[in-house]
Amino acid sequence: MNMQEIGYPLGQFWLLFLMEDSNMVTMNSDKAATKRKPEPNNGGCTGVSNEEPISIQPTATTEESPNHLLYKKMEKIVEKMQDEAIGVPVRTVKSFMSKIPSVFTGSDLIMWMMKNLDVEDQQEALHLAHLMASHGYFFPIDDHMLTVKNDNTFYRFQTPYFWPSNCWEPENTDYAVYLCKRTMQNKTRLELADYEAENLARLQKMFSRKWEFIFMQAEAQSKVDKKRDKLERKVLDSQERAFWDVHRPMPGCVNTTEIDIKKACQMNKPILGVKNIHLVPPKLSPSTSGIPPKNVVEQLKKQISLLKIRLDRRNIKISKAAESFIAYCEQYLEYDSFFVAPEYPNPWISDSPELWEQEKMAKDISVRRVKRWAFSLQELLQDPVGRELFVRFLDKEFSGENLRFWEVVQELKALPQSQVQSKAKEIWGEFLAPDASCPINVDSRSYELTKKNMEALDRWSFDCAAAHVYHLMKSDSYSRYLRSEMYKEFLNGSKKKVRKTN
Amino acid sequence: MENEKDCTVESLTKEAETLKKKLEDERQKLNDVTLATVADRLDIINYMNIKPRRTLKGHQAKVLCSDWSPDKRHIVSSSQDGKMIIWDAFTTNKEHAVTMPTTWVMACAYAPSGNLVACGGLDNKVTVYPLSLDEDVTLKKKTVGTHTSYMSCCIFPNSDQQILTGSGDSTCALWDVESGQLLQSFHGHSADVMSIDLAPSETGNTFVSGSCDKMVLIWDMRSGQCVQSFEGHESDVNSVKFHPSGDAVATGSDDATCRLFDLRADKEVAIYNKESIIFGVNSVDFSVSGRLLFAGYNDYTVNVWDTLKCVRVCLLYGHENRVSCLQVSPDGTALSTGSWDYTLRVWA
Repeated sequence: MNMQEIGYPLGQFWLLFLMEDSNMVTMNSDKAATKRKPEPNNGGCTGVSNEEPISIQPTATTEESPNHLLYKKMEKIVEKMQDEAIGVPVRTVKSFMSKIPSVFTGSDLIMWMMKNLDVEDQQEALHLAHLMASHGYFFPIDDHMLTVKNDNTFYRFQTPYFWPSNCWEPENTDYAVYLCKRTMQNKTRLELADYEAENLARLQKMFSRKWEFIFMQAEAQSKVDKKRDKLERKVLDSQERAFWDVHRPMPGCVNTTEIDIKKACQMNKPILGVKNIHLVPPKLSPSTSGIPPKNVVEQLKKQISLLKIRLDRRNIKISKAAESFIAYCEQYLEYDSFFVAPEYPNPWISDSPELWEQEKMAKDISVRRVKRWAFSLQELLQDPVGRELFVRFLDKEFSGENLRFWEVVQELKALPQSQVQSKAKEIWGEFLAPDASCPINVDSRSYELTKKNMEALDRWSFDCAAAHVYHLMKSDSYSRYLRSEMYKEFLNGSKKKVRKTN
Repeated sequence: MENEKDCTVESLTKEAETLKKKLEDERQKLNDVTLATVADRLDIINYMNIKPRRTLKGHQAKVLCSDWSPDKRHIVSSSQDGKMIIWDAFTTNKEHAVTMPTTWVMACAYAPSGNLVACGGLDNKVTVYPLSLDEDVTLKKKTVGTHTSYMSCCIFPNSDQQILTGSGDSTCALWDVESGQLLQSFHGHSADVMSIDLAPSETGNTFVSGSCDKMVLIWDMRSGQCVQSFEGHESDVNSVKFHPSGDAVATGSDDATCRLFDLRADKEVAIYNKESIIFGVNSVDFSVSGRLLFAGYNDYTVNVWDTLKCVRVCLLYGHENRVSCLQVSPDGTALSTGSWDYTLRVWA
């Protein structure tokens, strides 16, 4: 009756507790770790047997989850730290009448990290140490705050049994049993912190009906604990405490076991995917037997066509790409506030918005800004002042319609869907129709294509023609503009002004 | 019948393998030097004086996304408690605080006019809010599009009238704001889309997406077709960003690396990593010249990379939990970061 009332979570914990008992006592971490791994599955099967086939799948996917990727990397470092020959020196320290078993100091740890990892400075080493501590791989022996200081504070390694990679997400009932157990052990080092006492009170309220059972479990655990060797107990108590400091952190501390919500959503999906196998991404290995052959054929054909497209592409060499990045960087370095200070003080540093206010005013255009117009037509058109001057230049040359056409096509793309049809017709009538009021010159290919597009109008109908016109402007009007007296005068004018203000 | 199909599968697999090998050989031929070798002649960036200049406090939960206003001083941010806040980052004042019908607002974006913001998340929807100082902005809100899974990212492609979204349903979609009509959908990823970015070209017809299928895809918005793909990451691609030249894409991934993929070379041209960096990257962005790549990590820091020499320039400490989002301001004068520590910071 009692057991039924308590239900699954507690039942599972009870089971785990009994099974783990021997491992916990021996403290042989490696053994515990290897035995621990299949545990979640066993637990799942005994608990909810009808989910048996699915319960294997989630563990397979969580192995690759972002958190596990990180755990693996941290564990590689921890294993190196624990190497008997080249690791962090671990010792047992005598203090007054007692011994403090298996500890190392913060400064020894930081020194080791500086020597063995490619960290740049002490700050980075401390930061990484802090993060590893907050994930529970080592911990200060008597502090709930999982961090590392570069001093003689003592730290201890966590047993792999309690590593986050081996752990299930513990239940509140587990936590209740743990806290309850602590109240039974009459030792100052096990006394509950204020926040723990508050948590215990809350849990007692929450599990009031089950409390008798939680109390029984705590008692049983406490009995087992008491049989242990004294030093071993000290170590184990601290490791257990550190485990809970990770999963139920002290207020103000970061809970490192939290997963990004997007990743949590994603991780839940493969479970559904078991039912709809086609969600599995196409693989080229022969082991695609689970996927219906039709889909495989389709996917393969698609992949082949994509590969062929990639093979047909003309690509440049790395050296050429590298040169272009360097050239771009050299051209724009002057405009990169992280390297060269802007003309007016950076508002975020000087607390003065002068820079932004000056930008809005059309007079006193700086040389820097005018120089930029020569980088590309795009740069020129992006600057409202630059654009206006270019329009004036084009009007003088009687070729303003090209820019007008290009701009109106960009506007078309930005319109609400409901206005696209009428605007497109308008553009056709103004620029391309036989009786156009403002005809533009496009090559016959673009013209034919656009004419065909007019049958099924959309916002992209004039893209090809606009690209052609843009190219024309770039190679013709724009380059003439840059050589024109108009641009040169403006550039010189800005220069003079700069000299004056200097 | 069954056998015949198997045979086709086999032959097709073989063909694909041959093509793959050929492609690899072709790409190898282009691999004449490394980017870092060519950049060897450049001066080392030895001093970076980037400091926290503003701290924006007001969210009651993890900040999940943020975006700069085109006016260069306002920021919109969204958080896990279902709030969206419009900040004047310069004065650190909150101008609007909008409560969403859902918690977990994973994405938010400013429209080019600066008068409209879009956001969404676990509600699978993208909703727009016109901003006005006189009335409650929620009165005029409008749901534009709905995905079949969470909406992870959104941007306005050069217009207030369209929104481009990425979703956990592994697709991207282009929506008409006025009618809520789906203008184009983009199928090609086999897992959740995490991030999108618009190409900085004058026409703005292409965009890039990064996904949990570890792939980076380049799309043509007009046809809805994927025109280029990049592989190399060993885990989820959380962030994608075009190089200001438009010729390359930088990515950040859970495999703790950032990479640079060149569109003209059709391959990865740089990897930014270090043995001591073991945490995943959530967000990346370039400085104006493309020389610096800022990357926000799960280890609470921002690493600043020299994109050309492929070395780390400096580390920005300050946040007390994961850095979830990061963006260089439109005029390049500052960097904003958002974190699970409930705050946003502005660095310069």
